[in-house]
Amino acid sequence: MTSTVTVVEHIMSANDRLAAQNRAELETSRVLGVNVLASPGAGKTSVILRTIEVLQESLQLGVIEGDTAAVTIDTDKIMSAGMPAVQINTGGQCHLDAVMMGNALPQMPLADIDLLIVENVGNLICPASFTLGTHFNIVIASVPEGDDKPYKYPNIYRSIDALILNKTDLLPYIDFNTEYFRRGIEILNPDVHFFPMSCKTGEGVPEWADWLRERVAIFQKNA
Amino acid sequence: MHELAITESVLDIAARHGRQANAQRVTDIHLVIGQLSSIVDDSVQFYWDIVSRDTICEGATLHFERIPAQFLCLDCHHTYEFQQELSACPNCDSIRVKVTAGEEFQLQSIEIEENDAAPADP
Repeated sequence: MTSTVTVVEHIMSANDRLAAQNRAELETSRVLGVNVLASPGAGKTSVILRTIEVLQESLQLGVIEGDTAAVTIDTDKIMSAGMPAVQINTGGQCHLDAVMMGNALPQMPLADIDLLIVENVGNLICPASFTLGTHFNIVIASVPEGDDKPYKYPNIYRSIDALILNKTDLLPYIDFNTEYFRRGIEILNPDVHFFPMSCKTGEGVPEWADWLRERVAIFQKNA
Repeated sequence: MHELAITESVLDIAARHGRQANAQRVTDIHLVIGQLSSIVDDSVQFYWDIVSRDTICEGATLHFERIPAQFLCLDCHHTYEFQQELSACPNCDSIRVKVTAGEEFQLQSIEIEENDAAPADP
């Protein structure tokens, strides 16, 4: 006998359940988690290092570094900046998922930190499908990638709270239409906070750091 | 490559619901995928044939229902679909728009062949 069984279940529900556990673990320790998404070379680690520079006076940060290869280049940089860092090697996989995040959390001194930054694998497609349990997502775009990225990779811009446009110091040398770029983002996500930035010159770093500091303050007040 | 992880999730969900319904075999799986959810049907199908081997879902046919992305203009209330490219409201050129469809990513239903024997004790 054959029959139809109604399921109606989100395909990522198993990952989402684990992500919810990760979120609970962060909240127990009053840690705000940020998932940083970007293509390779957009400047994720540079932005994180700049952020540490500005925020280390007032906040304790921790960083989880996702990499596809077993290299500790980024983790070493974070640790030299004096912050705890945990490396996740995805073994070639194109994204972090809630399982990997859950395995990394016990290695992080959560009781001592306020803000956990998760540097996802450099990729604009796959990480968008996997929630980690962080409180919000940001994308770091960069001028040399081109102004058409929101039109080509719309999915990743849907669920982000902030967008950093890095390498603005290159604007005089590259045909990048900031208006066209922003328009693409705003169609997908009208409430996104937009931060033009240059890690090289430091432009835009204070505005971004202020916004992040405020988010941590609001979070800890409500936690 | 994230299609592999997605395919494994589809298998877990389908097999779980199949077992709960006392299925001998799952024959068809109906997926509802919005245009803004990034998966490649062909890749899922490719992985499916490998990951479903030796399970109650082996040989099941995957059916993909694609839902076009739909936007509602918050200024003039015009509704429009995602055409070639992301675009502002074609009626009033506003970019104050809301996505009303296209983010679906669900396993909707399965078709099964039931065991003739009485259900096993859970």
